[in-house]
Parts: sequence; C-alpha cells; structure tokens
Amino acid sequence: MDKSDYIIQVEHVTKRFDGGKVVLNDVSLNIKRGEFVTLLGPSGCGKTTLLRIIAGFTQPTEGKVLLSGKDITTLPPYQRPVNTVFQRYALFPHLNVYDNVAFGLKLQKVSEDEIDKRVMSALRIVGMNEYEERNVNALSGGQQQRVAIARAIVNRPQVLLLDEPLSALDHKLRVDMQLELKQMHRDLGITFIFVTHDQEEALSMSDTIVVMNDSVIQQIGTPTDIYNEPANPFVADFIGESNILNGIMKRDFVVNFMDKDFPCVDKGFEADAPIDVVIRPEDVVMHKDPKDGQWTGRVTSCIFKGIHYEMLVQTPDGYEIQVQDYTAYPAGTEVGMSVAPENLHVMPCQSLYNAIDATVIDATHVFMLGAAFETKLHTLPKGTHVKVAVDFDKVDLLDDPADGTAEGQIRNILYKGNHYFIDVKCSNGANIQVDTNDVWEDWDMIGISIKPEDIRIIN
Amino acid sequence: MKKAFANVYIWVLMLLLYAPILLILVFSFTEAKVLGSWTGFSANLYKNLLSGEAGAALNNAIYNTVLIALVAAAVSTILGTFAAIGIHNMRHGRVRSAITFANNIPMINPDIITGISIFLLFVFLGIGRGLFCVICAHIAFCTPYVVLNVMPQLMKMNPNIYEAALDLGATPMQALRKVIIPELKSGMVSGFILAITLSVDDFAVTLFTKGSGTVETLSTYIYADARKGGLTPELRPLFSIIFIVILVLLVFYNLKTAKDTSKD
Amino acid sequence: MVSKILANRANWVWPYAIVLLVFVVMPLVMIVYYSFQDAEGQWSLHNFHKFFLSTDSLNTLIYSIGIAMITTILCILLGYPAAYFMSKKEYGLPKVMAALFILPMWINVLLRTLATVALFDFAHLPLGEGALIFGMVYNFLPFMVYPIYNTMLKMDGSLIEAAQDLGASPRKVFTEVFFPLSMPGVYSGIVMVFMPTISTFALAELLTMNNVKLFGTLIQENINAGLLGYGAALSLIVLILIGLTSFFDSEE
Repeated sequence: MDKSDYIIQVEHVTKRFDGGKVVLNDVSLNIKRGEFVTLLGPSGCGKTTLLRIIAGFTQPTEGKVLLSGKDITTLPPYQRPVNTVFQRYALFPHLNVYDNVAFGLKLQKVSEDEIDKRVMSALRIVGMNEYEERNVNALSGGQQQRVAIARAIVNRPQVLLLDEPLSALDHKLRVDMQLELKQMHRDLGITFIFVTHDQEEALSMSDTIVVMNDSVIQQIGTPTDIYNEPANPFVADFIGESNILNGIMKRDFVVNFMDKDFPCVDKGFEADAPIDVVIRPEDVVMHKDPKDGQWTGRVTSCIFKGIHYEMLVQTPDGYEIQVQDYTAYPAGTEVGMSVAPENLHVMPCQSLYNAIDATVIDATHVFMLGAAFETKLHTLPKGTHVKVAVDFDKVDLLDDPADGTAEGQIRNILYKGNHYFIDVKCSNGANIQVDTNDVWEDWDMIGISIKPEDIRIIN
Repeated sequence: MKKAFANVYIWVLMLLLYAPILLILVFSFTEAKVLGSWTGFSANLYKNLLSGEAGAALNNAIYNTVLIALVAAAVSTILGTFAAIGIHNMRHGRVRSAITFANNIPMINPDIITGISIFLLFVFLGIGRGLFCVICAHIAFCTPYVVLNVMPQLMKMNPNIYEAALDLGATPMQALRKVIIPELKSGMVSGFILAITLSVDDFAVTLFTKGSGTVETLSTYIYADARKGGLTPELRPLFSIIFIVILVLLVFYNLKTAKDTSKD
Repeated sequence: MVSKILANRANWVWPYAIVLLVFVVMPLVMIVYYSFQDAEGQWSLHNFHKFFLSTDSLNTLIYSIGIAMITTILCILLGYPAAYFMSKKEYGLPKVMAALFILPMWINVLLRTLATVALFDFAHLPLGEGALIFGMVYNFLPFMVYPIYNTMLKMDGSLIEAAQDLGASPRKVFTEVFFPLSMPGVYSGIVMVFMPTISTFALAELLTMNNVKLFGTLIQENINAGLLGYGAALSLIVLILIGLTSFFDSEE
C-alpha cells in the first residue's frame, strides 16, 4: 500500500504523564483516507489520549503523528485540518446554534454568503436546519450532539474525530445516531476516527476497529475479523460474548479441551501445544437428548433476552458454558451440546508461566515484583539479574495486601470456563497472570505469595 | 404576639440605625453651625459645596477618588480574571495552595495592616508615596475580590469549550476573547463593581500610602476636615448626597436582580 | 515558544502571582523586617522589649481586645434576633428591611462615625467611652447581621421539618437544630467584627475626641511619628492575633 494512501500515520507514540504513568506504550497505527476507524477499549486504555494527540490538544512523549505524510506532531490544534466532536458537546453557551456552527468559518474570514450557505447545508445534514436561532442551552442532548457535529463538519476537515459522542444519549437515540453517523460518513467521504468503549457500537459502524487495552493496541481488523478471529483472550472477551477455555492442540485439526477431543479447522501448531479456544455462545448447539451432544451438562439459568434465550450450563467436570439459543431450556434440564468445527476458534497461548525479571539477593532469596521472595537453594552470586518462571496456577492471591510477600492490583479478569485467568499489576509496575478459582473484582488490592519450590530460575 | 415583638424590635433598631442619617439629612438644609438649631430652610450648603477653597479641595478629592477607583478596578478586573483562569487550570498542589492563600491574605488583613505594610515596602525601596503608591495598593486589595467573583463562573463553565475553540481554528488569544470572556462576563462585571466600591470606600490604606503630598481622596479629605472640628456644616450635604446616591443604586440593583430572576 | 507558554492556561496566573509577591507577601515581610530593627537600623528585639515592658502599650492592647469583645458580643446579642426576625416570613417583615439594614455598610465609615458624633451632639450626650462602644456597635452591627441573615435564609427547611417530625418541640428545634446550623453565619460575623475592631483608629479618635486610644491608634501614631520599627512591631502583634484567631476557626 502506497504511503500516500494513509491520511494519518501514528508512529511509535508513547505518552507518559508526570508521575510516570504510561498511558500509551509504543503505539503505531495507519489510517486510510476515507475510512471509518474506531478506537475501542475499556476506560483507561489510552484511546482518548490517542485521539487528543491526533487532535493536537496534547503531545506524545515519544513518537510522531503524520498527516498525509507531513509531520504534525507539534502543530497546535488550530492549525490542523482536523475537527473534533467532544463527548460533552462543548457548544458555546453564549452563541446560538447558527453562530456556534459558523464559529470556525468566521475565523477563516469566509464571506458572509459562503458562511450562510455552508452553515445551512451542515445543519441540513444533521437535521437541525429549523433551529438556527435557538439557544443551545435549551436543546436536548441529542440535538446538541447534532449541532456539535455540524459545527465540526462545516469546516470541511480532512479528518473528523469523535470522542465517545453518543455515550450520553439513551439507547434508542444512540442506535438512531449510529445509523445517521454512518450515513454521514458515506455522504461526506471524509475520514472518521471514532472513540468508544461500546463494542456493539464499534462493530456496527466501523470499517476498521482498533482494539486497545492498557496503553497498547491489542488487535486491528475489520469487525468480522475481530469478532470471528480474536487475536488474544482479551479481544475475545471484550468483543461479543464468548466462552474461553484452556486446551491443547493435539495435532492439526484436533483440539482438546474439557478433557475431550474436538475436530476443528486450525492447524500449524506444535503437537500438544497449549492453546486457548474461543466458542461464541450462539455457536453452541443445544440438544434435547444429552446423548446427541459432544458433551453434556445441566442448565443452571435461562433468561429471555428478547431475540434469544441466554443460558448457563454446568458440565459434570465443573465447567460453566454460556449458550444462546432461540429455544428455551429451563433451569434444571439435562442437555447435550456440540460445536461445529469451524466455530471453534483456536488462539495460541501467550505462555503457560510468568517470566519475571528478578535480582539475586542471596542463596535463598531473589528480589522481584517489588519484594524479596524465598526460593530453593541455588548457587548464583548476589546481584545477578535472572529470569524467573512461575506457573500461572502457582501464584497465591490474598485478600489483605499486607499478608502477601508482594502487593498488587487486579486489572483484568477472564473467565475460562472452570477458573479465572487474572491480570495483576504489581506495586513495582510489573504484570503477572494468575489462574485461580477464587472470585475477585477488578481493581481489588491484593497480596501475592509464591511458594519457594514454585520459583524456577531459568537463566 | 411574637409578630408584634419582632416588628417592634426591628423597627426600633432600624430607627436607631437611621436616626443619625436622617438627622444629618434634615440639617443639611440649614446653615446653622451647630447641629440641632434650625436657622431656617436653606440650600446654600449644597450650593457652596464645590465653591471656594474648601470646594476646590473637595473637587480635587472627588477627582482623585474616581480616578483611583476606575484605574484600580480596571486593572484588578483584568489581572484577576487572568489569575482566576490560571489558578483554575493549575494542578492541585503546593504551588496552587500557596497562591490561593496569598490571594486570601488581603481579604483577611485589617486595612491598617495592608496600608502600613505597603507603606513600609515603599519606604524600604526608597520610592516616594503618592498617587502611584495608592493605586498599587488599591489594586492589591481589590484583585482578590475579582478572583473570588470569577472563580465560580469558571467552575460552572464546560471545561471543553476552550479546546473546542482551538479545534475550530482559534488561536489561544482568539479563544480567550470569543469564548471564555463572554462566559465570565457577569463575574467580571460584579468583580469590577465590587472593586470600585472597595476603592471608593477605602480610608486606612489610602491614608498611609498617599504620602505627604497633595493627594487626597474623599475619605482622607473627610478625615482631615473632621479632625478640625467634627461634622462641619459643609460635610452635611456631602453626606446626604452620598446617602441618596447609595440608596438609589441599591434600589436599582435590587430591582434589576428581581427582574433577572423572574426572567429565568 | 511564547505561544506554547501561553497555551498552558495555568501559566496565566503568573502576572498576578508576581503582583501578589510584590504587593502582598513582600509588604508583610517588611513588617517583620522593620519590627526587628531598632533606631540605629540594627537587628534587635528592642521594639518587642519596649512593647512588653511598657505598661501603656500593653494596657492599650488589652483594652482594645476588651472593647472588641464587648462590641462583638453586643453585636451578636442585637444582631442575631434581628437576623432571625427578618429571615422568617412568619414575622411579616418586608424583604426590603434586610436591604435597608445592610445599606449603611456601603456608606463611608468616616461619615457614619461622624453621623454618630452628630447624634450625640444633638442629644447633648458626652463623647467618650460610652460613645465609643455605641459607635462601634452602630458601625459593625450590619456586618454581623448580614452573614447571619444569609445563613438563616439558606438554611435547609427540611432539616427543621425532620426535627419536628422526630418529635422536637419548637424550643428543642431551635436549640438542637436551628441554632447550631446558624453558627457558621455567627462565625463569619465575628470574623468581620472582632479583628477590625481591634485595628480601627479613626473611630476612636472621632468618637472620643482622641481621649481613648485603641491599639490601632497606637500603631498609627507611631508610624506617623516616624517610629517605623515600633509601629511595625505592633502591626506584627496584630498579625499574630489574626493568625491565632483563624487557627481557632480552622480547628473547627
């Protein structure tokens, strides 16, 4: 792809705030002219910061931003051919609708006639052309949103940035606005960069979705790619509902999970490679007769969701599977379940154990995760930098941070069918992952303990 | 019965409060030297207010008072508005707390302390006291009140509209002029009016900062005159005029705010 | 470069910060500086020695504090009921009363004082200590009434109703709910009356024909006489008093 087809290029952007907090970590992104791109992720993932860097309200600590090949990293916002629609609209309270929309044009010293033509045209596009004289403070949320959009597009920007513009609207209005924005994008032909935390919104509107989490891009792709082939457990869990289970790739086209072999369509893994398998609830087929399924279970809950029923099924082995079906199977029913091979999505496991940077303190202690951990006897000299391996299920999490050797905070919880897979950020900034059956909540402060025999020094 | 008692209480208090005022008002229309003896109705005191040597001095005092008030209020309003915007955008921390604290000092300090402290500063620096010193001092004690008036407006303002203006092509100065100032206008206006009031009313600060020259404001003029012999006959019409002016202003102000709240 | 500094709006505070430094902080430093200087310009505690050893000055301070306390208490005793009656609709007092009560506040302090002098002259009453106290109360009463009145107006009526609902008699409602809630207004009033009373000088001079000297008068006389060191030291004492009273206030 020719570089000139990219209207925005984000190159290795890192943003660090005073106090050391890293909000964007080496983020790179290329956006094609005319695309509808959505930055999608949970709060705090960095998506809004990235948008603001493109808009010019803040500057990256490292890295560059290019507009049609030109470096605009340090260019102030009023010199960029880019306009923003703010989350809380930011309409000027002392100006009426017409003057709000005309604001940018008046600064460009456009002629009165031209201003009038363009303002009325923009208002027509957003459906607010009867409202020019109105006081903006008297408008409803949806109407203010439209005026904000008109105010931005009337300047004919090369890129339109939208910062969660629909999050303050009620559901029905939101869905209507999504359709209108999509139509506007088609009619105007300019590049839209849209920020949201709502994955349904992203899936329905975007040409390309950029999934972000914890200051890093997790995956870039079309809505169908991201939905059907999530690159990692985070994306699989964030987009749509999913069942994510630990498994092993027995051999090509055969995956083993829940202690059973299943035919699938993936290949190219090492024999017995550990993997994660993703099954969408709507892809689980329910059988009235348990014997007809690939595995069995008992329904524990069945909720009507308007279009389908959402059910939870408990297997004899202790796995909890989420299922969506048009038929209701009431709680207590014994059922059979199966999945077509093409609906089993296999993802490589990032790893099976934590690889942690540590320093040797003495023959039986290392310093890692911000604390001194006791290990088995070893012969490395004091001060050596080593890598330590700790299996995911060998990390103990404790309620009271003071009871643990190290301390940390729960950051992301993934349910893996029969246990939880948790991201923990330790007090020294390092990230570790833990398998546990205990139920925790995001942002819990916890203590971390590891038995000496579970700490393996690997180099 | 409670009502009667309340009414009596308030009316008696009110009477005591206004007795001296009404007294002077009445006796400003007579030329008797001693307050209390009525030598016939006469508006001469009013006519002669601005004439003669005393009149010229009074003229000069009024001129100075108005000049100082306008200059100090104007500078305070601009300075205070910028300061309020600055403080509002500062991170919470030691520097912000220090500046907020220093801003509050002139409001807490008795005016004699403010006057003497600035007096000592000018003495130390070897600069003569006079009009310049007075205006500086007035700016110093008026600006905190402007900041106090503008801050609440800043807090009510949508924090994104400045960035929205930049985004639409305005430079920071343009954004300030076209978007922020209109938002803050009512706070700035009330701050300006408050500053004028404080400046006109001030006595102690002006006394110490005016030096030994000929700079007199209304307050210092009255002080100097009163020292000579209490409430001289000339001061009676002055007092009455000031009272009427304030009464009229207050009535207007109350009517205006009543109209504004009923308009909402 | 310049526009980048201007772009961060927090920087807009610096012109004023410099003004604060020069015209608020430095002057206070000057007071401290001068108070530790003796006649030869040497660093010494001479001024403070003089103050504490001089029964005259010490007495004036104590006397001024006494007058201030009497004035403040009288203002509270007179002003609290006034604010109460005016703030409650059931007493049928027109709203304009409050405005009329506050109005004298806007008249020049000297003129108000002279008006009191005139009243005393008219009634053939002697000037002196009695006149001083009357004049002080006359002057500062509106300053006490204003904050108490405002606090009472803004008081949350549902708290009163809650107390009544829980079985409190009108008397109990007053002592347990209304009175405590009106305290912030009273504190404001005390702040606006007590400290200014100690540091006034013109009032005392005019109302007692310069017979009674308050602490403020003392400071004024010394500065005018060129005894800057001593005057500064006395001012410093006033500042310390202010510091102490606001410390008490924030302890709340």
